[in-house]
Parts: sequence; C-alpha cells; structure tokens
Amino acid sequence: MAEPEATGLSKDRLLELYRQLATIREFEERINVEVNAGRLASFYHLSSGQEANAVGVCAHLDNPADTIVSNHRGHGHCIARGADVQAMMKELCGSSEGLCKGRGGTMHIADIDRGLLGANGVVGGGPPIAVGAALANKLRGDGGVSVVFLGDGAVNEGAVFEAMNMAVVLSVPAVFVIEDNKYGEFTTGAYMTGTGDLRARTESFGLGVTEVDGTDLFAVHEAAGSVIDHARRGNGPAGLICHAPRFHGHFTGDPEDYRPEGEAAEARRDSDCIKIFRARVLATGQLTPDDLAAVDGAVTEAIDAAVAAAAAAPRPDPVDVAADVYVSY
Amino acid sequence: MPVKDMRTAINEALRQEMEADESVFCIGEDLVGGFGTDCGKDQGNAGSFGVTAGLYSQFGGKRIMDTPISEAAIIGAAAGAALVGMRPVAEIMFADFVTLCMDPLVNQMAKFRYMFGGKTTCPAVVRLPCGAIPGSGAGPHHSQTIYALMTAIPGLKVVIPSNAYDAKGLLVSAIRDDDPVLYFEPKALYTESCDVPDEPYAIPLGEAAMPREGDDVTVVAFGAMVPAAIAAIDSLATEGITCDLVDPRTTSPLDEEVILESVEATGRLVVVDESPPRCGLTADIAALAADKAFWSLQAPVKQVTAPHAPTPFATELELAHIPSPERITQAIREVLA
Ligand SMILES: Cc1ncc(C[n+]2csc(CCOP(=O)(O)OP(=O)(O)O)c2C)c(N)n1
Ligand SMILES: [Mg+2]
Repeated sequence: MAEPEATGLSKDRLLELYRQLATIREFEERINVEVNAGRLASFYHLSSGQEANAVGVCAHLDNPADTIVSNHRGHGHCIARGADVQAMMKELCGSSEGLCKGRGGTMHIADIDRGLLGANGVVGGGPPIAVGAALANKLRGDGGVSVVFLGDGAVNEGAVFEAMNMAVVLSVPAVFVIEDNKYGEFTTGAYMTGTGDLRARTESFGLGVTEVDGTDLFAVHEAAGSVIDHARRGNGPAGLICHAPRFHGHFTGDPEDYRPEGEAAEARRDSDCIKIFRARVLATGQLTPDDLAAVDGAVTEAIDAAVAAAAAAPRPDPVDVAADVYVSY
Repeated sequence: MPVKDMRTAINEALRQEMEADESVFCIGEDLVGGFGTDCGKDQGNAGSFGVTAGLYSQFGGKRIMDTPISEAAIIGAAAGAALVGMRPVAEIMFADFVTLCMDPLVNQMAKFRYMFGGKTTCPAVVRLPCGAIPGSGAGPHHSQTIYALMTAIPGLKVVIPSNAYDAKGLLVSAIRDDDPVLYFEPKALYTESCDVPDEPYAIPLGEAAMPREGDDVTVVAFGAMVPAAIAAIDSLATEGITCDLVDPRTTSPLDEEVILESVEATGRLVVVDESPPRCGLTADIAALAADKAFWSLQAPVKQVTAPHAPTPFATELELAHIPSPERITQAIREVLA
C-alpha cells in the first residue's frame, strides 16, 4: 500500500481545522435535534456534509480587511469565519443577546467586526454585495478580498451573472465559491443549469475557476489558497466550485419527497468530509485518535454550553421592534 | 358543503381552470419539486407550501413546470407568453422575491395594454405567497406583504383573499381576466378552512365582501387581518358594540362604494393591515374616507398596521409586529371614545 501523503499542515493547524469542521457538524445536528424536539420554531437550512467548503476557504482569510458574504445555508460559513457559537445559537433562538439581537435569525447572521457581511435569505443576493466589498478592498488598497458563498441553484439568478461579469470588468478581488450539493431546494442542479458544465459557464465570464471535491478538506484548502491568493494579488476575481452533498433536507422539516431513497444515508456513509479528514490524518499519523477525541469532547461541550446559554438567554423586549430603522413614525 | 382549507381551494381553482382552458399553465420554482431527480415518485414536494400538489400527475410537464431560480426570467416569460395569448400562472415562492422581477411586472406587463395603444392584453397571473406566519420566525426576507407596493402600479390588478371560499373564486376570476393579476396568498391562512363548493365559480374582481355587519364602526381589513378583525369585532359584540367589516378582497380594482356606504352609515373608520404604515393600504383607505366621506366622519380615522420596520425573527418581536385582535379592539374603542 502506498504511504498516505502527509498533508503539509502543522499539527496545531490540523487540530484547528478539525475543531471547525466538528463544531459546524455538531452545531447543525444539534439544531436538527432541537427542531425535532419542538424547542426551535423556525426553519433552518443545515450545512452538514458541506463543512469542508466553509472551513477550507475561510482558513485563508487572515487579512483584517477580508470579508465573506454568506447565504441561507450559512451557519458553517459563519462558524468558519470565527463567529461565536453561543451568540449564533442565541440568535437562532431569537434572544436579544444573539448576534443580530434576534431580529435576523438563522438566515441573516452577520458579524461585521469579523468581516462577516451577513447570511442572506434571498438566493443570489450575496454576489453583488461581495463585488462591492471587493471594490472597496481595491479602492483602499488594503490587500483584502471578499469571498461569497453561493449554491448551484443560485448561479441561475440574473444578479449572479451581473456580479460575475462586473467583478471581471472592474477587476476586483472577489472570490465566488459555488457550493454544488446537486440541489436547489427540491430541484436538481443538473436540470436547472442548462449547460452541464458549470465550470465552463462560470469561466465564460472571464473568471479563472478551480473545481474541487468538497468532501476533501485538503483539496478545498489547497485550491482555495491559490484562488484567494490570485484575487489578493490584484489579478481580479476568481471562482471555486466545491462538490459536496447535503445530508439533510433543504430545510428542517423538508419531507424530501423528491429525493431518491437512501441518497442522504449513502452520502453520510461514503462522502462525509469529517470521516474523510479523520481517516487521512490518522493514516498519515499527524493526529492520533486521542487528539481527535479531545477535540470532539471540547466541541460537544461548547455546543452543549451554547444550547444551554441560548435557552437561558434574555428575550427581546417587544418595544424594540422598530429599533435601528433610522426613521420612526 | 365540503370544508376545505385555502391551500386546497387554490389547488382546486388551478386544476379546474387548467382543465377548462388549454392555454392555462403553471410556471415557477419547485412547483412540481423534483424535476431532474430520480425519486421514483410522480412528483416531489409540490411547492414550498404544497399548493400545486397533484397537478403534475394530472397535467404533465407541459402544463406545470419547474424553472431555474430565476425570478426575472419567470415573470418576464409569463409576460411574453401572455402577450401572445397564453394564460400563464406564475409563482414567486415568497412575495418578498418580487423585488427580483420588478421590471417584467412594473415596466412590462403592467404597461403593455396602455402603451401599445390598447391593442393587446396580458392575461398573466402571478401567485405570491405573502405575509408572516405568526410564530414561524420566517424573518425579514420571508414575511413581507408587498401588495401595497404593487397596488400603486397602474396596469396591475391585485387580489388578496382572506378565506378559502374567496381564494378559489378570486383565482378563477384572476385566471380568466385578460389583464395581469397579482394574486397574494396570505401564508398564515393556508391551513384555515371553510365551506368551498366543488364546482368552479368566479368572484368578480372589484367587489368587496362584508363578513360582519353592524352599526357603530366600519372596519376595513385586508388578507390575514380579516380573521384578526373578525375576532376583535366578535369580542366587542358581547358588549353591544357592532361593526361593519369590509374585506375589499381586491385592492385594485377597489370597491370604493361598499367602503364609503358603510362609513357614511357608521361615521367611524378603522383600517387594518399587517404591512408597515407609510404609503400603504390603510393610508389609502383613510384618504378615500377623507376625500369622499369627510362630512360623515365623527372621529379621526384609526390605522392599525405593523410598525415602520422589517418583520423580525424573534417570536416576541414578530408578534409585536403583526397587528393583533387586541390592537384592533383598542382602535375600535378609540374611534368610539
Ligand atoms: C430570490 C429567491 N428565490 C427563491 C428562494 C427560495 N429558495 C431558498 S434556498 C433555494 C435553493 C437554493 O439552492 P442553492 O443555491 O443550490 O443552495 P442550497 O440550498 O443548495 O444550499 C431557493 C429556491 C429564495 N430564498 N430567494
Ligand atoms: Mg444547491
């Protein structure tokens, strides 16, 4: 058997990346439990299965001027960008101590101080915003980039076409990360996107596009590194397409009547980015089972604490319903 | 008479009009839900709210089709198909996303007939699930009503049913109408039931309903606020306060006559809508009363609306945003004071 390749990342780095992957997974799975138990009322778009996209990309955003723009399936992006899981969980519960004071909820988590310019309830709403943030990076010459996450369904919004083209025309450091989970809600990407070749279409705007297996954190990490570096060096925008499955339905409570029987279970079994990460680092000997178990324990504890804190967190005062609207009547 | 919920009533209107007229077809995102999948079932989720259930099985993919996530193209295509004589029923999954197709709605289909010298019609229907579902935490991008904005546009007809019976009859009229009709479906009412005949029937656009009759106050309410107003009015009836409740059912055309007749009789007006207050339906009705029934008014007109704010996520804030029966009761008492 060939010797598994070492990953080229330090042990500390690997532990941190694993912590992020595991945190996102635990966060999402716990929300699912809370929803099923009737303790959370809204509908949540869970990103289990797609964690490596968020973690592999955000790992390269070390300039304080870097920003990300997320979408409706945004919890993972937010965690990978460093948002506090307690403040996120509080937001999901609608607490006044939530990241957005309970006003935005699951689809609108934002943490501006960390360059997290907001999840988004409008499909395709994010890319033009990222172009604007990247334009600001360019005008200020601060070396920052703006990364936007969008789905394989969102690529068919006119605003996305316009954003990609304008990013090229204005040559801004925007990075379009297309997460291909094969579905937009209940309809397949293969049906929705006329060309079977999303990469060719994205490239046709004049963007360089790299395509990776999103279940392989190391592949995403490496590809994202060069794509982001390209944009950071002033070479204009770039694209990254990550293929990884969605373990859950489109949202919590989705009856999934459109989904072939067993598809999600199969993805959990064979295409789980966390299992794949673990197998890899254990095979190379860079991390031990004890290392991983220690992270798992800490992550479970952190999410337990977040859920407990959120349940006990203060509720918003109804008199604040119209706060921050700048003008009142 | 059979009891059906609003979702079923809308589904029935779609099915019966598709049966009656070959030129009617449905187009939108996930209406079948499962295009391109190999799920082994005849249809997928049948829309985010299950409204289009069974239509694919009956009519097939030429009459009801899923589209890419491309609102501007969906509504633009509906405009084009209608311009050449088809009767598309397009869906925008949440009314909030109407912002992505304002050009085909506002500049194109609304204006065809007028700017082409009256030589064409545009018999398109756009279905828009709208408003908040109290306690659902749908948040700022999935709770708006938007219908006031659209009512302001000459060339668009705007329908807002408040119960399953009206929903069916109004949708039948909307589909048969030769002009573009925006048909708003208050999401909070999808599961509300009442008697709905099995056979097709049409309720004319522009005729208000009067679900409650009384002497003391006129209440005008729209969509999801009609049941809230009924609750308020019925609770006051036990104290001997009685109200007319006018449900305009369509905001364009607007049945001014029924509203004005009632205001002239009661002399007091409360207008209720779940949208924010500025440039909205309540202001519009208040202006109508000021214009045409001023001398009948015995008290200032009261508007009960959401605050001037987006719809928040947290339950406490969401409930503070949506006008409650208690707020309507309070307003009725105030105009009587
Ligand atoms: C403008 C707009 N249209 C439709 C929707 C409803 N919607 C929410 S998510 C979604 C599918 C998005 O698919 P994709 O971009 O592939 O992201 P995924 O959900 O797969 O992560 C749709 C149609 C929306 N939120 N916004
Ligand atoms: Mg997708």
